[in-house]
Amino acid sequence: MTQVKEYPTELLKIWNEGKQLRGKYYKNYLTAHERGGLRWAGGAWSFSAIPAGLGEDVYCITGEPHGATIAFFKDFTAKCHEAVEAAGFPRTLCAYMRNYWGSILLDKYILADGTVVDGHPAPDFIWQDHICCSHGKWYQVARWLEEKKGRKVPMYCVDVSVGYPMDKPLEEYKINYIFQQLNDGIEWLEKVTGRTYNDKLLCEAVWNEINATRLWAEICTLNQAVPAPLDEKSMYSLYVMGTLIKHRPECVAFYEKLKAEVEGRVRRGIAAVANERFRVITDTQPPWGFLKIFREMEKYGVVSLGSLYTYGLIGMWKYRPDGTWAPKELPPRKPQTREEAVRMIVEWTVDRPEWAHFYVPEAKTKMILSIVKQWKVDAVLLHYNRGCEGLSVHIAENRHGLVEAGVPVFPFEGNMGDEREFDFPGTLARLTTFFESMELKKLKE
Amino acid sequence: MFTTFREWIDNRHEYAKAWKQKTENKAVGYFCTYVPEEILYAANILPVRILGSHEPPTVTEPYIFAMFCHLCRDCLAQGLKGRFDYIDGIVEGQSCLHLRQAFNAWRLHIPTDFAYYIHVPHGVQSPHAIPFLTQELAKFKKALEDWTGKKITNEDLDRGIKAMNKNRELMRKVYEYRKLDNPKITGLEAMEMVLSSQMTDKDEHSKLLEKLLEELPSRNLNRNPGVRLMIIGSEDDDRVFMKNVEALGATFVMDEHCTGSRYIWDDVVPHEDRLFAIASRYVNRVPCPSKDWPEFTRVNQAVKLAKDFNVQGALVIQNKFCDPHGIEIPPLREALKTIGVQTYPFEFDVTVPWGQFRTRVEAFLETLTGLAELF
Repeated sequence: MTQVKEYPTELLKIWNEGKQLRGKYYKNYLTAHERGGLRWAGGAWSFSAIPAGLGEDVYCITGEPHGATIAFFKDFTAKCHEAVEAAGFPRTLCAYMRNYWGSILLDKYILADGTVVDGHPAPDFIWQDHICCSHGKWYQVARWLEEKKGRKVPMYCVDVSVGYPMDKPLEEYKINYIFQQLNDGIEWLEKVTGRTYNDKLLCEAVWNEINATRLWAEICTLNQAVPAPLDEKSMYSLYVMGTLIKHRPECVAFYEKLKAEVEGRVRRGIAAVANERFRVITDTQPPWGFLKIFREMEKYGVVSLGSLYTYGLIGMWKYRPDGTWAPKELPPRKPQTREEAVRMIVEWTVDRPEWAHFYVPEAKTKMILSIVKQWKVDAVLLHYNRGCEGLSVHIAENRHGLVEAGVPVFPFEGNMGDEREFDFPGTLARLTTFFESMELKKLKE
Repeated sequence: MFTTFREWIDNRHEYAKAWKQKTENKAVGYFCTYVPEEILYAANILPVRILGSHEPPTVTEPYIFAMFCHLCRDCLAQGLKGRFDYIDGIVEGQSCLHLRQAFNAWRLHIPTDFAYYIHVPHGVQSPHAIPFLTQELAKFKKALEDWTGKKITNEDLDRGIKAMNKNRELMRKVYEYRKLDNPKITGLEAMEMVLSSQMTDKDEHSKLLEKLLEELPSRNLNRNPGVRLMIIGSEDDDRVFMKNVEALGATFVMDEHCTGSRYIWDDVVPHEDRLFAIASRYVNRVPCPSKDWPEFTRVNQAVKLAKDFNVQGALVIQNKFCDPHGIEIPPLREALKTIGVQTYPFEFDVTVPWGQFRTRVEAFLETLTGLAELF
């Protein structure tokens, strides 16, 4: 076995806090009605700060993380998929969506620790946004399935499919289109819940979201250090807070603490992977049931630093005038009125990095190349993800762009949420061959 | 007449080349029926729908991940093989991620003078969709003017609107003959009529339709219509499938897809602001499922059409990997069942396994005619 330098490493101190926060999130949603609260369902990208104006006792369940949680527990996933296919849906649809519907059809709910409880907790309303073909349809069917059980769930969905701002800001009429839908949405929320909307809570939530999504980008920036203080497998448990409660003060507080800890790790030279000698990034969601592949990579001294997905699904970034990709600058001040808050969150959100590739593959390639350069990346592992057409769209073009730029690329096919479509031994065999072609030898068994 | 429609489809490229030579105008390829052809006609541009050739895929793998639908890959293949080398540009009206990839791969890998993407809103049930699309269309019109060097006037737009409305109206009149107990046209003929309209000059197509409408009252197909079927689903130009099914003792008396009724069902209602009028048509038209939420309006439309055309059974088609259509299959089937219309789902790929499909279609037809009870 080859001997390489060993960096000091240690567990993240904040780890258990994150675990508890996530556990609490799923329980809070489940038990919201016991406390007189409201439940809503929608995607991780939905404008979650808007329903926050309904009160402090409003709890959400975001579909994609929920779908990923299900995917992690493969026995339950299999049951969900069987239920969905038995109901007549094609097995080629978005895997998260099928996991989510399966949970409704089985009338079961899974908690963060894998505990499956009876009774799928129906939301009081659906609050979604739509940029991927499946976003609006997902919840339209969720509503249809609930209705078959005798539960009428009102649904509101905001269309954000207006393109991506490349070298100039998005046109005003595009901003207005989203802004107007959100304003109507606030009236809709009041109507369907019977509650009076609180603009002060909205302003707080918008400011929380802006800060949380900026903080996550700052944390990811710290991974430019050698050795990397965080590895992607761990980051999955950290970025997820932004997909669950990006509008909540707990999220901001968690990321502030995390940032301080990671800064400390960088200062002290603490590595995520002790024998780091080759730095890679991935792309799109991983096959959630097979995260052990990252541990296999470590045996070669390979650390995965993250991905455009991990950094930019929730983290907000912008190009600086010097051409570097950096956390997006905060607005000059917290919003004071409803109009200011809604406009601010629209203008903040339209720059979401993971929206770029929906329209302009070159934009995603450029961002990945920026990460390659700024994070000192040696190779890119592209997950051709059969489970998510939204994040796989244009991926072949991204491969072209990276190869043309001279970046070693390892494409592999899988599925984030349907284990039947991921060949673990086959992928591992090809991956190790790829590492060997990069002149890496296995360091340990 | 139907022979001409068929020839136009089979010789679409020769037709467009000859049209260009004759008129000395440009031709533009478009991927989806959300492209407002009215504006292209206003600019004296021939819109030619880019569709596939149903040949096994050989060239698209490096550009589009194979989990995207065969239509988008087959469309791109036509470009990569140089079959549309006569078009001067490409346009896409936002519909789905699949066709967007075909558009972008074409833009990036096939030399094209003009490539334009219109952000047709997805939230078509929102009151803000029409004003938004009006703005998008204004940008598109300006881009065309800059490209062609010619101003598009209101009179030009009126001409474009008139050509499109007339063509759609005439085809709807032809569709009326499908309601008869013994329809005057087959499903294949209806498909070829609509398909050919998507790749030929609308004025020329409409002239042929007018002649057809004169002759249809006395037309007799001399065939037993058999089971009255409807075909519903993703984009479908699989003429072989249509022909084969209709040879098994059935007639497609109606369809609900974008190479059929969804393309022709709605007109532009005149308005002083022409772009607003066009935007209204494309927002209010029978939607592609990708834009149809939170309410299932297309499912309701399919139910209405099934009733109006006295449909006995429906074949529900999903192009493999087409999520918007795939998602709607159970709600659609359930809705049709409530009016007594039985359904059968088929997953289409670039080619279909007719041997297997034949058995399944025959079994379905037997269940509709009661023959199954004999066994």
